[in-house]
Amino acid sequence: MIAASAPVKEQKNYLNAENGLKSWLLTQDHKRIAILYLLSVTVFFIVGGLFAALIRLELTTPAGDMLDSNTYNKVFTAHGVVMIFFFLIPSIPAILGNFLLPLMIGAKDLAFPRINLLSWYVYMLGGTLGVIVLATGGVDTGWTFYTPLSTTYSNGYVVLTAMAAFVAGFSSILTGLNFIVTVHRMRAPGLTWFRLPLFVWAHYATSVIMILGTPVIAVTLFMLMLERGLHIGFFDPAYGGDPVLFQHLFWFYSHPAVYIMILPSMGVISEVMSTFCTKKPFGYTFIAFSSVAIAVFGFLVWGHHLFVSSQSAYAGMVFSILTYIVAIPSAIKVFNWAATMYKGQVRLTAPMLYAIGFIGLFTVGGLTGLFLAAMGLDVHVTDTYFVVAHFHYVMVGGAIMGYMAGIHYWWPKITGRMYNQLWAKVSCCLVFIGFNLTFFPQFVLGYMGMPRRYHVYPAEFQVLNVLSSGGAAILGLGYLIPAVYFLWSLKYGAPAGDNPWGATTLEWQTSSPPPTTNFEVTPVVTTEVYDYTNAEVPHIV
Amino acid sequence: MQEHSEHHIVPKRVYALVFATLIVLTWVTAWVATVDLGAFNIYVALSIATFKASIVVLFFMHVKYGTRLTKFIVCSGILWLMFLLFVTMGDIWTRSWMGVPGR
Amino acid sequence: MSSHSSVAAHDAAHDPNLKHHFENADQQKESASIGMWVFLLTELMFFGGLFLAYFVYRQWYPEAFIAASNKTDVLVGAINTTVLICSSLTMALAVHYASKGRRELLVLFLIATLLLGGIFLGVKGYEYHDKWVHHEIPGEHFECHGCADEVHTQLFFSLYFGMTGLHASHMIIGFGVLLVLIWQAWKGQFSAKWYTPIEMFGLYWHFVDIVWIFLFPLLYLIDRVGRPLL
Repeated sequence: MIAASAPVKEQKNYLNAENGLKSWLLTQDHKRIAILYLLSVTVFFIVGGLFAALIRLELTTPAGDMLDSNTYNKVFTAHGVVMIFFFLIPSIPAILGNFLLPLMIGAKDLAFPRINLLSWYVYMLGGTLGVIVLATGGVDTGWTFYTPLSTTYSNGYVVLTAMAAFVAGFSSILTGLNFIVTVHRMRAPGLTWFRLPLFVWAHYATSVIMILGTPVIAVTLFMLMLERGLHIGFFDPAYGGDPVLFQHLFWFYSHPAVYIMILPSMGVISEVMSTFCTKKPFGYTFIAFSSVAIAVFGFLVWGHHLFVSSQSAYAGMVFSILTYIVAIPSAIKVFNWAATMYKGQVRLTAPMLYAIGFIGLFTVGGLTGLFLAAMGLDVHVTDTYFVVAHFHYVMVGGAIMGYMAGIHYWWPKITGRMYNQLWAKVSCCLVFIGFNLTFFPQFVLGYMGMPRRYHVYPAEFQVLNVLSSGGAAILGLGYLIPAVYFLWSLKYGAPAGDNPWGATTLEWQTSSPPPTTNFEVTPVVTTEVYDYTNAEVPHIV
Repeated sequence: MQEHSEHHIVPKRVYALVFATLIVLTWVTAWVATVDLGAFNIYVALSIATFKASIVVLFFMHVKYGTRLTKFIVCSGILWLMFLLFVTMGDIWTRSWMGVPGR
Repeated sequence: MSSHSSVAAHDAAHDPNLKHHFENADQQKESASIGMWVFLLTELMFFGGLFLAYFVYRQWYPEAFIAASNKTDVLVGAINTTVLICSSLTMALAVHYASKGRRELLVLFLIATLLLGGIFLGVKGYEYHDKWVHHEIPGEHFECHGCADEVHTQLFFSLYFGMTGLHASHMIIGFGVLLVLIWQAWKGQFSAKWYTPIEMFGLYWHFVDIVWIFLFPLLYLIDRVGRPLL
């Protein structure tokens, strides 16, 4: 209403600097590329969510009455491939990271703007291949593409799906490369490494994983395609190969990939915690270095996916111990966030609610990961719903909660408009309740022995499965409401102002939405990071 | 931190020396494969290859004259490759220790 | 370094190669260099997966690997290695003359690099053809008469073609980029002040050379004891 009555002179910003479809599709502005990613990633989130809905709908009854087994295989594969390769991996880095990294370090853009745009086109190419697979009949191997199922026995489009993931991987490499160079060489004068916001540290660590891990999955998929397409064998015992080698190569990337999903979320939580506790994050250096430690140690634990795959028991023991070690840096972060809240001036805004939700859910996800790292217990729960619940607590309860916190926190900066706080808090509560109702019963189901990836199950598991499906409906509603109030805010939301939350990092020093060159004058940093001594703390309802 | 990559022009003499070493070692490694060193043949071959690769990286790719950051990137690349190779080989080497098939 | 910074400021005003989001030419140059090295890091891990497969299977099936490796032609391999090392030298010299702003010599050495790369690919094609004639390409038509362990001999050739094929595809991409660079160098687009693309391409070309330096002993030189080289 305010926007309509007050004839405020519309400032030139990145959104209205140029018009027309061409100005968007050929843009080299990191902020516009972030918007392109936001739109396309959201589409894939909806697609992946619809497949999840099909899975939960099928599992409301013990009999396979809606989908036959073959279709069910294709549905959960589609859910996994879409959510992991096309939603979770690009979500925070390519949207929020792209938008914020240059702003946070006082740069005009990323180091290689054209490569940045290229990464979006590469992503879209991979996405298009994925959609072609879905439209022409799908694939039934699970997102893990284990051989020899994928190379010899599958009756889906394995080569095309592998190609889609392969191509999407290059988009991720290009983003990571751009971030690393940008953080090294584009920082504003005075912005030393220990004045960087923790979001930047988290994205630096994420980029390290992207550039060192992604090529390994690329070459693995390359070998997979050769074996399936041309019968140049590497993994199938019929060709003299070893399927466990595939699992090694696959998880060398795919375990660190979990950290590609969770580390950026942790960066978001550090920012949100600091701003809404009006306090420098407790143990700044510890949080910063724990991101790097996760990136390094995260590469040494992949064998815990192979405990029952005839991996050597001695290697299993080492992997088990290393897995316990990687929990330490994650725990450091959780303790530091909690300590930041202690005696902070806590403001329970919508992003803060999501952040608190993140801490709780991520803790459950992380701790159950330690159960699974114990070799003895893992034998009992391997390939059960316990594992499914564990990684959904990390990826949905962790990564997506962090993504939602980030979108709610920076929406005023990205669009210049404020959304409705009350509705945002309501939907956050729905997400939290719905999520727990969906996935907590799955821990119990898994412990009782319900295996994953089956569309029929014994009748005694029905009550918990119905609870889970009901929770999924609430969760879905919780994700739909934000779409409504965000769209509403674009037209009717109150102008947000440059710094609506009273935050201290550089992106809030420029106007909302920022101008195309980010800052009128290149900022010179003279104070320490998160210095709240002169900050005004607005009251937000 | 702000080490400028000064335009270090490598003398052509250095290029000639590196080139000659590479050529000689190529034929040495081919010849040494015909000599019976038992299990050491592979180690000799890999040592020669590693030495050749090192002088290409240091001189042809100018890392010797590069910034600390470049050296850091090269070293971390090698470290991660070793993670991949040796941690996996750790599984392969210890698989038969238990004397149980498949363990 | 006051003179240096004034040069940089001068560059910023006039240098058509300086992108708007960089402060000065130095920052741009170093960004390109770091970016290229990070890219080579990904390339290293990319080849790393195939090397891992090689080491695992060589550990398990040494006899089959010896038998299969002895089917390759060492002399051809050694000559090809020599050709590739020569192309690395010409590439290094091309960068050297680019940094001195010598256009003719730059073009000359780039063309030499292109020709040597072409010879390498030609020889590689000859070897592939030879394998084709002898049914040594893995797949349905693979034949290995008198092999003790046919299935793992075939596995060696899977790795042989996977590794050399990936290497050759990098050469072909390099070949294409070289053609563009030769054209640009001929048109005089590079100077002693700005020749970043030449320098970056040099790094790529040397990296591809390094991969071959490892492939040669691993694929051609397993246990040649008692067999004459020539």
